[in-house]
Amino acid sequence: MLRYMLKRLMSLVLSLAVASVVIFAVIEVAPGDPASFMLGVNAQPDTLAALRAELGLDTSKAQRYVNWIGGMLRGDFGTSYTYRTPVSQMIADRLWVSLPLALYALILSTLIAFPAGIYAAARRGKPGDLAVMGATQLGIAVPNFWFAMMLVLIFAINLRWFNAGGFAGWEDGFGPGLKSLTLPAIALALPQAAILARVMRSSLLDILGEDFMRTARAKGLNPRQALWRHGVRNALIPVLTIIGLQFSFLLAGSIIIEQVFYLPGLGRLVFQAISARDLIVVESVVMLLVFAVITVNFLVDLAYAAVDPRLRGRT
Amino acid sequence: MSLLLIENLSVVIHDQPILDHVDLSIAPGQIVAVTGESGSGKSMTALAAMQLLPNGAVCQGSIQLDGQEMLDQSEAELCALRGASVGMVFQEPMTALNPVRTIGDQVMETILIHKAMSPAQARSRAQEVLSRVGLPSDRFPMSRYPHELSGGQRQRVVIAMAIALRPRLLIADEPTTALDVTTQAQILRLLRDLVTEYGMGLLMITHDLAVVGEMADDIVVMRKGKVVESGKTQHLLRHMRHPYTRMLFEASGHQVALPEPPPPQALLEVKNVVREYTLPRKRLFDPPGRHRAVDDVTFTLSRGERLGLVGESGCGKSTLTRAILGLENIQGGQISLGGQSVFAVKKTNMAVRRKMQVVFQDPFGSFNPRHRVARLITEPFHLLEVPPAGSEKQDRIAEMLTAVGLSPDDANKYIHEFSGGQRQRIAIARALIIKPELILFDEAVSALDVSVRAQILDLLADLCAAYGLTYLFISHDLSVVRTITDRVMVMKAGRIVEQGETERVFSDPQHPYTRDLIAAAPRLPAMDVSASVASPLLES
Amino acid sequence: MTRNLTLGAALSSLVLLAALISFVWTPYDHTSLDIPNKLQSPNGQHWFGTDHFGRDMLSMIMVGARTSIAVALVAVGIGMALGVPLGLTAAARKGSWLDEMIMRGNDLVFAFPSLVIAILITAVFGAGAINAIIAIGIFNIPVFARITRGAALSLWEREFILAARVSGKGAARISAEHILPNVANLLIVQGTIQFSLGILAEAGLSYVGLGAQPPTPSWGRMLADAQTMVSFAPHLALIPGLAIIVTVLGLNLLGDGLRDWLDPRIRVARV
Repeated sequence: MLRYMLKRLMSLVLSLAVASVVIFAVIEVAPGDPASFMLGVNAQPDTLAALRAELGLDTSKAQRYVNWIGGMLRGDFGTSYTYRTPVSQMIADRLWVSLPLALYALILSTLIAFPAGIYAAARRGKPGDLAVMGATQLGIAVPNFWFAMMLVLIFAINLRWFNAGGFAGWEDGFGPGLKSLTLPAIALALPQAAILARVMRSSLLDILGEDFMRTARAKGLNPRQALWRHGVRNALIPVLTIIGLQFSFLLAGSIIIEQVFYLPGLGRLVFQAISARDLIVVESVVMLLVFAVITVNFLVDLAYAAVDPRLRGRT
Repeated sequence: MSLLLIENLSVVIHDQPILDHVDLSIAPGQIVAVTGESGSGKSMTALAAMQLLPNGAVCQGSIQLDGQEMLDQSEAELCALRGASVGMVFQEPMTALNPVRTIGDQVMETILIHKAMSPAQARSRAQEVLSRVGLPSDRFPMSRYPHELSGGQRQRVVIAMAIALRPRLLIADEPTTALDVTTQAQILRLLRDLVTEYGMGLLMITHDLAVVGEMADDIVVMRKGKVVESGKTQHLLRHMRHPYTRMLFEASGHQVALPEPPPPQALLEVKNVVREYTLPRKRLFDPPGRHRAVDDVTFTLSRGERLGLVGESGCGKSTLTRAILGLENIQGGQISLGGQSVFAVKKTNMAVRRKMQVVFQDPFGSFNPRHRVARLITEPFHLLEVPPAGSEKQDRIAEMLTAVGLSPDDANKYIHEFSGGQRQRIAIARALIIKPELILFDEAVSALDVSVRAQILDLLADLCAAYGLTYLFISHDLSVVRTITDRVMVMKAGRIVEQGETERVFSDPQHPYTRDLIAAAPRLPAMDVSASVASPLLES
Repeated sequence: MTRNLTLGAALSSLVLLAALISFVWTPYDHTSLDIPNKLQSPNGQHWFGTDHFGRDMLSMIMVGARTSIAVALVAVGIGMALGVPLGLTAAARKGSWLDEMIMRGNDLVFAFPSLVIAILITAVFGAGAINAIIAIGIFNIPVFARITRGAALSLWEREFILAARVSGKGAARISAEHILPNVANLLIVQGTIQFSLGILAEAGLSYVGLGAQPPTPSWGRMLADAQTMVSFAPHLALIPGLAIIVTVLGLNLLGDGLRDWLDPRIRVARV
C-alpha cells in the first residue's frame, strides 16, 4: 500500500515538473517583450531596462524558470505586468469563486448521476431505463454555456428567482454566495451528470454479468440486494476514473460558465490577462489548473485503493 | 421420496428450445451426475433447478423440491429457498467471489440474508464451515480477500457459502473443471464427504465421465436438451442402451495407434534452459524477487518422436513452449533444432523458425476473424525465402485442407463458419503447410468436446503415418498424453521431475509427484466389453 | 438498436448536407447587413429569423456548420493520425521504456484540458480557428492512443497473434496486418464520439472568443453575440444552441448505433 502511494506520488511530482517546463516553454516563445508592452512604444531605454530588471526579465531562461518554480513553491507567483500586484493575491481572490463552483458542480453531478445510473441499470430495457438514457443522450449534447443562458433566461429573467449574474461574495455568510453559484453549478453539472450516469449504468451492467453476482443470487439475495451489496461498490471503480476526469472538465468548464454569469473567477482573470498580454498571470493560472487536475487524479488513485483491496495488496 | 424431482421440464429462451422434457430425481444423500457435451443443456438444468435461468426463459413442467413446486413460488419465496434449502457451486472459482469483500463476510452473508442467526452466531458458523472445507481461520483468517487465495481455496470458499446453512440439496456446476487434477481430487473428496456427513443430495454437472464414474450414484446423460439415458451408475455402465452414451464413454477413453518411431536421431536439444521473471518488490527497498518459471530444463527430442509434456497450471510448461518457439528470451542454457540455435545473437534465428510450427488450445482465438481460410493457413509462408505462389500455392492449400479432413473449397470461407473441431483442423493445416520438422501442440485438444477430441486424436495418428510428424504435445490431460505420445516428461515448478517412455512412466511412476498426479486423475470406469461395439457416430 | 443508427445518421447527414449546400447556396448572403430588418423572429422570409444586424440566421447557421464540422473533423484527424500509431507502438512494446514514455506523455496531455491548451495557445499566438483545431486535436491524441493501446494489448494476448509471431512476422507487420483491422471498428465509433465532443469544444472556444474570428461565422460566437439580447430576442440564442444539440446528438446516436451494429462487444471510453 505504502509503495503504491509512493509510486503514485512520484509520478505526481514528475508530471507536475514536466507540465511546468511545458507551460514555461510555451510562454517563453510568445513574441513581444512584456516590459515594452507595459511601457508602450515611446519608453526610454533606461526605464525599460529598469523595469526588465524589476520583472526579472534580464536573467537567463533557466534562471527565470528556477525563480518561477521557487517562487511558486513559496507561494510567490510573481507580479502582474499590468496591475503591478502580486499574482498570488489575484489568484487567491478568484479561487474562492472558481473552486467552490467546481466542487458544487461535482457534488451536484454525482448526486444526480448515481441514482439515475443505478436506477437505469436496475431496470435495464424497461421504460424507466429508456427514459433515463434518452435524457442523458440529450444532456450530453447540450453545451453547458448555452444551457447556462437558458437557465438565466428562465430562472433569472422570467421567474426572477436568481440574479442573472455576478457574485454576492462570502462576506455575508454562506447563503448568498452559494445562491449566486447555484445556476452556474447546475449549468455545469447537468451535462457532466449525463455522462456520469451513463458510465455508472454501463459499469453496473458489466458487473451484473459477473459470476459473483450469480453467486450472490444463489445465496438467496434478491436482485435488489445483490445489486446494492455486490454490484455498486465494484461498479464504482471505473466511475471513479470518470469523476476524476470530470473535475478537470468542470474546472475548465467553469472558466466558460464564469463568462455567462459574470463571475469574478479564474476564467475572467485569465481572459483579462490574455487581452492585456499579462503572460505571467496566464502562466500561473494554467499551472494552477494543471496542478489541480494532476492532484485530483492522484486522489482518485488513492480512492481506488480504498475501494479495491486488490490494489492495496499490490506492492 | 425424492428431494428434487424434475419432471417433463422444458425450457425455452427467446423462442429457442433449451431443454426438452427433462426428467431426473435426487434422493437425500445421493449424488446424481448430469453429463453431456457442450450444448447438451446440462448447465441449464442446474440453473433451472435454482430458478436462476437467464432473462426471457420460460419453464414448463415441474421442479419439486421436497414436494414443493418451484415453478409456483414467488421470487421472494425462491430467494428464501436459495442458499437455505439449495446451495450452488459454480465452475469458475476465480470469478465466483466478489473481489472487494472478505471471504468471512461473504460466507456470513449467506447466513445473515436468511436471518437464520444473530451476527455473532453467524460469525462462528462461518468460521466453522470454513474450517470444515479446509480453510481453518488460524491459517486462513476470515479477513482474507479472494485475490489472496488460490483457485482451489476459492472453490472451497464457494462451497462454504453454499453449505453454510446446511442445505438439503447442493448443486455443483462443473465444480472442478477449472482446477488442476490434484486440487480436483481434493475438492471431489470434500464434496463426497459433505454429502455423507450432512445427508445432502448432490446434483453434479460435469462433462468429465471419469469424474462421473468416480462420484455418481446415478447418471443422467444429456444431448441437445434431452435426456438420452439415465440410471444407476453401475447398471448403466454395464447396460448402455443408447449409442450416444456408448460413443461418449468410448470417446472419453479413446485410444489411437501411433506408427513406430524411427531410430533415435536428435532433432530438438534443450540444455539447462532457464527462464526467469522479475517479480515486483515485496517491500519498498528490497531487491526485486525473481521467479524461475523454467528451471534448468534439459531434454532431447528425436526426429519422428512424439514427446509429451504434462504438468499442472503454473508449472512452466507454456513458458517452456514459448521459449522453444523463440517467442520468449531465455536467461540461461541453449535450445537448438537440428544443430542450429533457436536464438541467434539478439534475435530469433529465422532459419530455425521455419522448421517449427505450433497449434494452440483455443479454437476460437487462434485465427484473425477478418481473414479467409486460405490466407490464414498460408501465413507461415512468410517464413520461407521463396514462398510458393500461383497454382503451386493453391495446390498446397488444397492438399493441406484435404489432409486434415476438410474440403479444398473451405479455403474461401471465413473462420466463423467452422465449428471448434473444424477450426482445430484448420490450425493443424496451418502448422503443416510449410512441412515443419517439429510441431508443438499446446493443449491443442483441451478445449474440445470428447467426441471431437477423439476425432482430432485420430487425425493426428493418421498424419503421423502420412507425414512422419515429430511433435511435442503439451497437456494437463494425462489420458490424452498417454495415448498420443511415445515418451513423456513430467514438469513441476519449472523442473522436469521425470521423463521416460510413456507406458513405463504411467504404469511405474518413479517420482512421488508423478505418482500423486496419476493417483489424483480420475479413472474412466470399466465398461462392459460385450456392450461396446464400434460406435457409428464416431466413425461418421 | 438500428433505431439509434437511423436517427443518428439522419441527423448527422442533415447537418452535413446543410454545410455542403452552403458552399453553393444559402437563402441570403450571410454577411450582408440589413439593419431595418434586424432581430426578426422566425418567419416566412427568414425561417430562423434575423440577428441584431439583420443577417439571416439560417444562412449563418448553414455556414457556421462548415466551421464546426471542419474544426472538429481536422481535430479528430490529428488525434487519430498521431494517437493510433502511438497506441499501436505502446502495445507492441508493452512494458518497455517506450510504452512507459507514451503512456506518461498521455497522462500529461490529459492534465491539460482542451480549453487550457487553447488558453495557452491563444495567449501566445492569438485566437483563431487553426489554434482551436490544434488545441482540440492535441487533446484527442491521448484519447486515441489510450483506446488503441487498450484494445491492442488484449489482441496481443490472443493466439492468432502468437501464430503470426511463430510465422516470423515482426511487430510492425503484425500491428498493421492483424491489430489495426481488429481495432478499426472501435476507432470508428470513438471517432464519431470525439467528433461530437469536438463540435462542443469548438462552440465553447468560439463562445469565449478563442475560436474562429469574424467574419467567419461560428455557432459559438453567435451565442456569445446573443447573450446580451437573450431577454428580448431569445431566438438568437435558441437557434444556434439547437443546431449544436442536433449535431452532437446525431453524432452520438450514430456512434452508439455503429457500435451496436459493428460489434456489440467492443467497449468505448466515453469521457
